[in-house]
Amino acid sequence: MTDKNSADTLVRVSGVDKIFKRGSEEIHVLGGLDLDIPRGEFLALMGPSGSGKSTLLNLVGGLDRPSEGSVEVGGQRIDKLSDRKLAGWRARHVGLVFQFYNLMPVLNAQKNVELPLLLTKLSKGERKKRASIALDIVGLSHRAGHYPRQLSGGEQQRTGIARAIVTDPTLLLCDEPTGDLDRKSGDEILDLLQALNTEQGKTIIMVTHDIHAAARATRTLYLNKGQLSTEPED
Amino acid sequence: MKYFYLIFSSLGRKKLRTGLTILSIMVAFLLFGYLAAIRQAFDAGVEVAGADRLIVRHKVSIIQLLPQSYEAKIEQIDGVDNAAHSTWFGGIYQEPKNFFAQIPVVPGELFDMYPEFIISDEQKAAWLATRSGALVGRGTMERFDWKLGDRIPINATIWGKKDGGRTWEFDIVAVYDGAEKGTDTSQFFFRYDFFDETRANGQGLVGWYTVRVSDPDRAAEVATAIDAEFANSPQETKTEPEGAFIQGFANQIGNIGFIITSIMSAVFFTILLVAGNTMAYAVRERTSELAVLKAIGFTDGGVLGLVLGESLAITFVGGALGLGLAWLLVSMGDPTDGSFPVFYLPTSYLFLGLMLIAGMAFVAGILPALQAQRLQIADALRR
Repeated sequence: MTDKNSADTLVRVSGVDKIFKRGSEEIHVLGGLDLDIPRGEFLALMGPSGSGKSTLLNLVGGLDRPSEGSVEVGGQRIDKLSDRKLAGWRARHVGLVFQFYNLMPVLNAQKNVELPLLLTKLSKGERKKRASIALDIVGLSHRAGHYPRQLSGGEQQRTGIARAIVTDPTLLLCDEPTGDLDRKSGDEILDLLQALNTEQGKTIIMVTHDIHAAARATRTLYLNKGQLSTEPED
Repeated sequence: MKYFYLIFSSLGRKKLRTGLTILSIMVAFLLFGYLAAIRQAFDAGVEVAGADRLIVRHKVSIIQLLPQSYEAKIEQIDGVDNAAHSTWFGGIYQEPKNFFAQIPVVPGELFDMYPEFIISDEQKAAWLATRSGALVGRGTMERFDWKLGDRIPINATIWGKKDGGRTWEFDIVAVYDGAEKGTDTSQFFFRYDFFDETRANGQGLVGWYTVRVSDPDRAAEVATAIDAEFANSPQETKTEPEGAFIQGFANQIGNIGFIITSIMSAVFFTILLVAGNTMAYAVRERTSELAVLKAIGFTDGGVLGLVLGESLAITFVGGALGLGLAWLLVSMGDPTDGSFPVFYLPTSYLFLGLMLIAGMAFVAGILPALQAQRLQIADALRR
């Protein structure tokens, strides 16, 4: 899965092992994994439950660290960054979309989208303006003042996407973004992700169980027993 | 500032729980403020006691009297500037609950000894000219709505009159104010010469002496010299600083400071558990939300700060409401209807209250905040 000749590789995962410890037991989730993702790609990661898809996503997004190997994003070894620097890096370069949206129930859509901007030096007015633009992109301007409980699942996920893109990140990581949605809402979300990829050039890595969703990606990889392949296992 | 709405929005998540916690904290700080005012009422005399004043009393007990002739001997002791005698009258105005101290004194000596009593020259002269005249503190004047010229009957419990009567009548000719907020303005002074001539017995005897020393650093040495002067006499003396004497007087009721501190410690410990429990629940309930904050770039320290900020917000709102209410209640008046010499909430206790708010916020919030700080994003998102 490595293309060492590509000068425009955004993500490079090299020889990554990930071992979880449960008491005295060691669980090898990823073993010697290599992966290159070019800038502007929309990559779908598929595989059975427990195959390590989300773990790989977490490693690329700097939410976790590999037990062995390296993770480079935009030429920077993120596995070597301190916790504090890694948090700053995530704020600047990564947008995260979760299966269950993970919005703050006590904040309305506008404030939820503004959250990542609190970590910037932008003024209150500028934060509000950028959040409004992000909500406009996902088609939710008219719901800005609504709280998550007042939004449908699809609207909540669109709010989650607006929150993910509000800082204009390099990389969009989506963990089963349509997993909690009906087909129609799921399609709308996939349309949106596709548009962000094609029109705004966002590099997207999407973990999914859904072949229909994976079909929207420009490349699909399958993860099984800690190894990547281009074909699903029989 | 930009995180305020995030902190306050989080507090609004469980409105009833937050409200009840704030109410508990408010009650604790209301008690703190009110009891602080009561403690201040007992300590007021001690705090404004002159560092250069000593009290000489009978060695056995304050109720044993001393000869008036001691005054001249005390004034001759090296290091003594002047001395003034006082006696406990212990009378009742109308009914026992209307307590205030009545003390026969020599007016000139009183003026010299207590410069913190502010009296106009005109009223000083009036008192010197009126044998049955009384000098009354502003607090007692207002308590009973007395005016200059009023004739006040006091029923004696200790000192009967030569004519067999027990009702003494005094004319209010002067009023004193306190130079400091803590100055006791509840006292009722009248002339010793009138007292000594009118009382049925005890002529030539006084209750205690107040002695001003020329150098406060030599106070202990002067006290020893005074007691040595009267050693082995029929009326031996015990000399101590004015503050210790007043404290001893207050301690006849009980160690008020200790009692109040004990009550407040128990209250604060309980409220600390309530606030700590609220914060622990608040963090446990939103593990995934805190993980999301970290995932989008909040640092471990940032999340710790947010949780501590919530703890501070909840404690500050409750504490400030409690202190404010206490101040309001104290301003409405003395619960004993005027028996306390002073009754107010000192600024120092308000500052102490603010420090307690900060301390309580930290102690209640630090464990949940550390728990939030240590949260592993990937683990927490899986929950």
